[in-house]
Amino acid sequence: MLHTLAALVENHPGVLTRVAGLFARRAYNIDSLSVCQTDNPELSRMTIVVNGDDQVIEQVRNQLNKLVIVHSVTDLTAESVVDRELALIRIQVSPETRAEVLQTVDIFRGRVVDMGRTNLTVELTGDVGKINAFVRAIRPYGLLELVRTGKIVIRRSDV
Amino acid sequence: MLHTLAALVENHPGVLTRVAGLFARRAYNIDSLSVCQTDDPELSRMTIVVHGDDQVIEQVRNQLNKLVIVHSVTDLTAESVVERELALIRIQVSSETRSEVLQTADIFRGRVVDMGRTNLTVELTGDGEKIDGFIKAIRPYGLLELVRTGKIAILRSET
Amino acid sequence: MSMNAGKKELKGATILLEALEKEGVDLIFGYPGGVLLPLYDALLDSPIRHILPRHEQGGVHAADGYARVTGKVGVCLATSGPGATNLVTGIANAYMDSIPLVVLTGQVVTSLLGTDSFQEADITGITTPITKHSYLVKDAREIPRIVKEAFYLAGTGRPGPVLIDLPKDVLAMEVEPFPAEMKLKGYQVPSRGDSSKIAEVAKALSECHKPVIYAGGGVITAGAGGVLRQLAEKASLPVVTTLMGIGSLPYGHPNLLGMVGLHGAVAANFAVDDCDLLLAVGVRFDDRVTSGLGHLFATKAKIIHIDIDLAEIAKVVRTHIPIVGDARLVLEEVLNVFEGLPVPQVTDWWDQVRAWKNYYPMKYDKDRMTPQMVIESMGELANDDTMVITDVGQHQMWAAQFYPIIKSRNFATSGGLGTMGFGLPAAIGAQIARPDDLVFLVTGDGSFQMCIQELATIAHNKLPIKIVLLNNGVLGMVRQLQKFFYGERYSQTDLIDNPDFVKVAEAYGIRGIRVDSMEQVRSALAEAIAYPGPVLLDFTISPNEDVLPIVPPGKPITEMLGG
Repeated sequence: MLHTLAALVENHPGVLTRVAGLFARRAYNIDSLSVCQTDNPELSRMTIVVNGDDQVIEQVRNQLNKLVIVHSVTDLTAESVVDRELALIRIQVSPETRAEVLQTVDIFRGRVVDMGRTNLTVELTGDVGKINAFVRAIRPYGLLELVRTGKIVIRRSDV
Repeated sequence: MLHTLAALVENHPGVLTRVAGLFARRAYNIDSLSVCQTDDPELSRMTIVVHGDDQVIEQVRNQLNKLVIVHSVTDLTAESVVERELALIRIQVSSETRSEVLQTADIFRGRVVDMGRTNLTVELTGDGEKIDGFIKAIRPYGLLELVRTGKIAILRSET
Repeated sequence: MSMNAGKKELKGATILLEALEKEGVDLIFGYPGGVLLPLYDALLDSPIRHILPRHEQGGVHAADGYARVTGKVGVCLATSGPGATNLVTGIANAYMDSIPLVVLTGQVVTSLLGTDSFQEADITGITTPITKHSYLVKDAREIPRIVKEAFYLAGTGRPGPVLIDLPKDVLAMEVEPFPAEMKLKGYQVPSRGDSSKIAEVAKALSECHKPVIYAGGGVITAGAGGVLRQLAEKASLPVVTTLMGIGSLPYGHPNLLGMVGLHGAVAANFAVDDCDLLLAVGVRFDDRVTSGLGHLFATKAKIIHIDIDLAEIAKVVRTHIPIVGDARLVLEEVLNVFEGLPVPQVTDWWDQVRAWKNYYPMKYDKDRMTPQMVIESMGELANDDTMVITDVGQHQMWAAQFYPIIKSRNFATSGGLGTMGFGLPAAIGAQIARPDDLVFLVTGDGSFQMCIQELATIAHNKLPIKIVLLNNGVLGMVRQLQKFFYGERYSQTDLIDNPDFVKVAEAYGIRGIRVDSMEQVRSALAEAIAYPGPVLLDFTISPNEDVLPIVPPGKPITEMLGG
């Protein structure tokens, strides 16, 4: 089962090495890891998606928390969160297929950010499921390039 | 000067450690690093924004390229690229300030993804300057939480 | 009046030494080098005592031995590049056994960092996976804070090695230091456990029928041996210890069943397998104890796990009552709550346990000079404050099985990493730490040669260490495994052309005594103990002696050979 952990870590060189090294050494099954800035220049936020059962996740959390450079770890899996990812997707187009592709982009509320003769590039923001669905939808036309940020997550407010 | 490098690296544990370790060891001045999936499950894409003059950047590229797990490194700086970042921003609002904040979000073409009694959360996609601009604009109202991906970049097509 | 009245600029090196003195450091094991010149110069004006090993590995193991027998943070120092990399084994060793060390390394000047300069090594990068935390100091003003934090991190919670990398220009720069205010937002030290869980534990103890206490290194670190003993006696609980837990209960105590695991006592292994309540204190269920078969370990038992490190809970076995906290504080509370409860009904269990003990005692042949006999003789001639330091191999297991350790912190051995060569320098650290107590080093001819150059350090500092060299001319433990499990196909375990160790000792100015018969053993040991200086006793042992019992690889701990 995929779990999403958000960790607040100190923002200086060597920190990423220590965390990445921890995961590599203990052979945890990491689906994605993104490091984001926060409003505090001394702290970064890592969003880590891990594959494992409750026992493994507990271990990952505890091992992360042990690191002096990690200030806190929150398991956001069960929480009410907004999760988003950003992707830039280059799709092959021909005069015949262009209109269909643009229609698909529209349906998914993506934005065309670059247009060439034989390809166009779409910017798409949404939850991971939506991005995956869009990629599936345009793949038949020819997926030329795909760049994704990895998931970021924020808690919903309580009201 | 800030340079943007895009590296294609093998997608397995220990790779991130090796790259992060390289940067820490050689004391390169990294502004941000994001790791993204590509369409090929065996390869990841790292977008690295690094400070330095041409000589330093040349060094960074060459040292990265030396790593067996790095397949290619492209300097996107001088190229025509589409750069994007994604941010989730939680802003404090009151009944008085709510409409102003919503208006600002609209101007920047941000999307409100969560609404509480005393705060709301905006999802914003754009280049770094746009995101910086938005944060500056809403800060007076009260910036409660900020989660921001690193930069991702894709080459514009030639035509 | 000048704005700077009363303010003083100091060299980084001086700031460092003053910060160390503030932490109560009176001893450093160090080896100089080019980038450390500023520090070694300042050292001449410092009251801190400096001991020079003959290899940096000797220095870090000595600091480690010092820490193990005192509970204080050990300090070692090495220069950049190869000096630092020579520390790696010792740092990993301390990390695996949770030993508090502050490791200082010199580094090239900051402007040269990352350029492959002379004697440069990325020691913080190299030791990232084997340090509790590390620092690369770029500004000498940060030194007081960093030193204070380093000692705090090394010595609290689950202890471990902390590295501070010091570039030459940082040591040389003259600055006014920042105040030593720690900024450790990412670090919390658990102390008392959850009281509801403690109540559960006391209740479980009261209601069980076949309890066992499984005690390890954490009991020693917390100084919990006393309260553990009280609890064991009050509730009539049998106790087994790990290699690192030796000394939790005095050898020969009626409740002590012995060591558990791969070379443990039969009674200990059977008891753990059959118990209905396992009180695990300061242990990590490592594969020397479980044989790597966590799912087959104490399967009939409700498992209580008391440990200061949350990440150890449920890492290997399912745990019914986890308590995160300091072992001593938690056990004191458990004992408190337990006072008001009925004692468990364990008479039948004790009959069973005693039967196992009587039927499967630790034994050895008495018809020749055996290593076990040497160890037992040592015990008969020593006193309760004597320290036994070991290297790694068969001799280590025999020492663990047969030496009567009475008090905590009198047994120091490389448990987790199993580092051959640890013994000699660790014994140096131990003797310097407690100069009035007798120190035995139990070693083998393989291990002894790995850090043999430290004989010079012993001689130079006139340390009256008694080296018990169990010399069988082979790499004993590996050879035994080849004998039992590889059809006696001996591959590279013959230490042919060993030197005459008595002559080697004498070359270093150390008294050497060869012992090759049973009759000489006691008199040689007595002579060595009485002699006011270091002595090497070279015991000629047969290569065919086996460590028994032994659990074959991959088998559960109930399937022992030779028990």
